Amino acid sequence: MFATCFRTLRIGNKYGLLARYESTLVIAEHNNESLSPITCNTLSAAKKIGGDITVLVAGTKCDTVVQSINKVNGVTKVLVADNDAFKGFLPETLTPAILAIQNEHKFTHILTGATAFGKALLPRVAAKLDVSPVSDIIDIKAADTFVRTIYAGNAIQTLKCKDNIKVISVRGTAFEAVSLEGGNAKCEVVPAGDYKSQLISFVKQDLTKSDRPELTSAKIVVSGGRGMKSGDNFKLLYSLADKLNAAVGASRAAVDAGFVSNDLQVGQTGKIVAPDLYIAVGISGAIQHLAGMKDSKTIVAINKDPEAPIFQVADYGLVADLFKAVPELTEKL
Amino acid sequence: MARALVGVKRVIDYAVKIRVKPDKTGVVTDGIKHSMNPFDEIAIEEAVRMKEKKLVQEIIAVSCGPPQSQDVIRTALAMGADKGIHVEVSGPEYETLQPVHVSKILAKLAQEEKADLIIVGKQAIDDDSNQTAQMIGGILDWPTGTFCSKIEKDNNELTVTREVDGGLEIVKVKMPAVLSADLRLNEPRYATLPNIMKAKKKPIKKITAKDLGIDTAARIEILSVEEPPVRQAGAIVPDVDTLITKLKESGHV
Repeated sequence: MFATCFRTLRIGNKYGLLARYESTLVIAEHNNESLSPITCNTLSAAKKIGGDITVLVAGTKCDTVVQSINKVNGVTKVLVADNDAFKGFLPETLTPAILAIQNEHKFTHILTGATAFGKALLPRVAAKLDVSPVSDIIDIKAADTFVRTIYAGNAIQTLKCKDNIKVISVRGTAFEAVSLEGGNAKCEVVPAGDYKSQLISFVKQDLTKSDRPELTSAKIVVSGGRGMKSGDNFKLLYSLADKLNAAVGASRAAVDAGFVSNDLQVGQTGKIVAPDLYIAVGISGAIQHLAGMKDSKTIVAINKDPEAPIFQVADYGLVADLFKAVPELTEKL
Repeated sequence: MARALVGVKRVIDYAVKIRVKPDKTGVVTDGIKHSMNPFDEIAIEEAVRMKEKKLVQEIIAVSCGPPQSQDVIRTALAMGADKGIHVEVSGPEYETLQPVHVSKILAKLAQEEKADLIIVGKQAIDDDSNQTAQMIGGILDWPTGTFCSKIEKDNNELTVTREVDGGLEIVKVKMPAVLSADLRLNEPRYATLPNIMKAKKKPIKKITAKDLGIDTAARIEILSVEEPPVRQAGAIVPDVDTLITKLKESGHV
């Protein structure tokens, strides 16, 4: 209590009596070579909170990532934690490192992007801090008031967080990306620690290789559903996507039927996208799929069933056989 | 052999189009069809398959919630769980019950029941939090295999295939461990009528969070729950040419 008062007074003198002092730690997501685009969206959310922004880059030999992040305008400090234990970015090894940093710096907010990485890591950190994390926020009303969707995007909840440390994952598509220029943050190496875990070990990753843009940040997304009938037929969508420089997505039905791999799934339990243009081909438009794409600026639906729910959200609907319409579209573009 | 604790949540059925209450305090739940969270069905199925392979000895299904939560425990028992524990939380306390509370309850129960494997769904389709497994792992200091699409057990080690953003990832975790089930993990079975009848005789223990010494005080205040913005109705175009013209007009191609 006394400490809080003292802190408020001290800060008060510096920033005016009523100024609140926020300090945010953003945990950067990267693959040791390049920064994930979602980190730039997360930084924009951090700016909205206000106060100092520190970015943690934890990994193995991640110099290039550090070099790109310290150029971001508005970042105060970049903490670099280089440790072999962080191979595979396992929450079991990263959490104790984050706790050590939190103990030293006493951040009021800890943020990551709401990706597989962020979702796996952040709740573990929150549990250790005994606070309730807030997942996948789409807006920030105040330093303690956040907006998120529930029920597959069919309701929007505004909540006030009562915990003293706010642990938050950020929906990338809901915040503009900051540009990687204009700043000159100072870098600081985090004291080394023994973060190796005997409990878990990273074996390997089996990533889908593609020359197309990344699904969650693409300007145009072409998605296929059950109506594609087979994995081979997805070639029709790849040709269209290549013409548009688009990413390819899929509905759960297409993934479950084995047409494409699961990392292409768009929806409540897959990826959330909000491109400028979303072209849904042979997708009926179940609640769970709409959850992942209904914030797209323009939605086009191609489906032979005029009753398909997708037409209720589509800006332009084409009632046609996709096996005729898609090749025609590709050819004429 | 392992003892598995499986968390199951009663949620509004996935096919129901939800309605927001006019006073903006939440969504309408009275008189609405509820069922087991789809990811939890997958979690139970996986535990039952492990028991069938003699990798697991006993399965304990746990649900935290109002009296009706017993229905989903019964479903879990009919699918093959051995016993149930109902942690009753209802009324306003349930409105603000969050993964932070549930994970503490499940962690405590896992210790009391001497479980060495906890399986939950990756997220509940109502609050869409995707936190509980990770938080249990944090509380117990157990390794956590999140978003599992394949689980193989070899003595005291599990090889887990995880669904990550770019594809798949494989990790090895030592038991005791926490796992969260993704959609692709398995295809849950339907409970047969004889099994539903048998499930009626299986025990369900009823306790409260207080009995376990867990504080369920609200960590959040729900300020409002609102309808999402409605998209303006679009137009049906007659052919591909018109579609291309429209897309060119709006500057998309």
